[in-house]
Amino acid sequence: MTSAAPIPLDFASSPINQALTPERKVELYSQMVRIRQFESTALKYYQGGKMSGFLHLYIGQEAVAVGTISLGGADDHFITAYRDHGHALAVGMGMNECMAEMFGKQTGCSKGKGGSMHFFAPDKNFWGGHGIVAGQTPLGLGLAYGLKYLGREGCCLCFLGDGAVNQGAFHESLNIASLFGIPVVYVIENNGYSMGTSQKRSSAYNSCLAQRAEAYAIEWDVIDGSNLYEVRAKTHIAMERARKEQKPTVLEIDTYRYYGHSVADSSHKGGYRTPEEIENYKQNHDPISVFKRILIAEGVLTDVMADQIKVAAKNEAAASVKFAEESPAPTIADIGTDVYWETDNNTSASKIGRHFFND
Amino acid sequence: MSRILTYREALREGLDEELARDSNVVLMGEEVAQYNGAYKVTEGLWKKWGDKRVVDTPISEAGFIGMGIGASMLGVRPVMELMFWSFHSVAFDQLVSNAACVRYMSGGLCNCPIVVRGPANGGTGVGATHSHIPEGLFAAFPGLKVCVPATPADAKGLIKAAIRDNDPVYVMENTLLYGTTGEVPDPADGDHIVPLGVADLKREGTDVSLIAHGRSVIQALAAAEILQSEHGINAEVLDLRSIRPIDQDAILKTVMKTNKVVLVDESKPFGGVSAMVAMLIQDHAFDYLDAPIKRVCSLDAPAIYSPHIEHEQLPNPRRIVEKVLTIA
Repeated sequence: MTSAAPIPLDFASSPINQALTPERKVELYSQMVRIRQFESTALKYYQGGKMSGFLHLYIGQEAVAVGTISLGGADDHFITAYRDHGHALAVGMGMNECMAEMFGKQTGCSKGKGGSMHFFAPDKNFWGGHGIVAGQTPLGLGLAYGLKYLGREGCCLCFLGDGAVNQGAFHESLNIASLFGIPVVYVIENNGYSMGTSQKRSSAYNSCLAQRAEAYAIEWDVIDGSNLYEVRAKTHIAMERARKEQKPTVLEIDTYRYYGHSVADSSHKGGYRTPEEIENYKQNHDPISVFKRILIAEGVLTDVMADQIKVAAKNEAAASVKFAEESPAPTIADIGTDVYWETDNNTSASKIGRHFFND
Repeated sequence: MSRILTYREALREGLDEELARDSNVVLMGEEVAQYNGAYKVTEGLWKKWGDKRVVDTPISEAGFIGMGIGASMLGVRPVMELMFWSFHSVAFDQLVSNAACVRYMSGGLCNCPIVVRGPANGGTGVGATHSHIPEGLFAAFPGLKVCVPATPADAKGLIKAAIRDNDPVYVMENTLLYGTTGEVPDPADGDHIVPLGVADLKREGTDVSLIAHGRSVIQALAAAEILQSEHGINAEVLDLRSIRPIDQDAILKTVMKTNKVVLVDESKPFGGVSAMVAMLIQDHAFDYLDAPIKRVCSLDAPAIYSPHIEHEQLPNPRRIVEKVLTIA
């Protein structure tokens, strides 16, 4: 007896995807390619000793940031953890300011004060880039609370990794989100591993991590993160629930990272995961390859166009390296700015009392 | 015309005035609304301002303080009550990694205009977990501001300054002071604001300087009376009021005047506020000192419960007098 394969849902025909113009589809494809090229380039220069600290690469997860953030309107806001480069580019930050930040330069998005884990662009509704696992989950709650308080019809997409679901701050946030009716959508980017510990070794759950939302009377869903159309179709439902009904959602998007937790994670190949596992994802679930096949079948994209997009992204990333290398480093005087709003703005309050204690 | 108010009423009046002044000010915390506040600081404010402006939260300090920080980045101005500052530890990541650092890590792109307030004191028989005194701890984080009012007038003036400040300000109150009374300027005479960073000379003297903050100011004033009446020593009492920013000029001025100083600080001795003040004095007024800088801190152990002995662990007039007599 053979069991019939489940009929895949046709996410391409969901209204939110039907509304995409061919140009917009190619743009979304390009965004994913740009993220991958940016990350590949960053890896090269990280290994070349041009950057300090950690480097958490987004390669393999591109459809999550691009798919979800593509749904954002004027009053929708975004916040994530330390694997933040994909979200930064997806909200429209430039490669130059991002690369320069990792090079520790004045022209970086955070003036070289934040580094790889701490990209910010409030003008694009992007609130970081946060280094402590799940530390951003109450902040995402607060951004959404703020929207509701200020009477704006928007929501906050708060991204977190599968390792973050076991932090207390996340559970406190879920309870408050449900209790107060906060328009926040928690997006668990489940790449299967909290650093080197697999999901099964780190989390207790029934069917999946998002199901824990039931305990807080919160709606939840699971999404195949290799399919950008599915990401958009299901995330749209959650965002509308937030905007229109002031209700939170927990989404779990299954995805995969090709590289380690950070580049310093040397045991990601052959240590806690097998080369076969990585290869299987690349062959069958790579979000860029999957979307490329879909768009070629739709007649929206050609191989020639795809090649051009890749070359352009590679060139853009190379140019960002040049920009970063040629940019000035922060000065010693820069260490003492951006600590207090009042002193930066030279207000009368800032002139009263001693704020800093160097000598 | 000033009126006599309790410290609690003065705080409440300050909160009420700021709720009226700015529609983005929102009070939140455990029991602050319908219960009227665990220590009744916010009594009546929920009834007056309603659910939107005065918000009861679950017992989730990391959750609601983080929520306030996130909302502040969008322009809301949350004033969050910790039922006890001792509970800071369950929200520590939010208080120091997010509130203190988000402006810096974003290169100045994010602002965090929050206030976190509540009592931070020993002396009430609630044991070590509820008796932490963390003003020195938080003042050690660049990006944060800390103030500690000792009187009703300062409580009102500082809470208003804290709410209007565009940086995170942690206001540390005192359950043993909530019921104390003092003169507070009448609102009809204009806004009563005490700027952060301005110390206040609570008693003029000539022989020794007692530098204190919070309830230690009250203890120092009592000690000064004993020193005067029983020992003929005329002590000056400087109330720091604000820990960061700190009024270094006022500290140096009184030291240069009396040439002897005893720091009175309810913190524990290691790295407390008084340790920093001692550093400033030796660095900038070394030649004016006629004696070593002395300190009266809480005795160096977790807060003891026993009501028979608890007051002896804290700075009190007897301990202050004894310490002054070693140098004056």
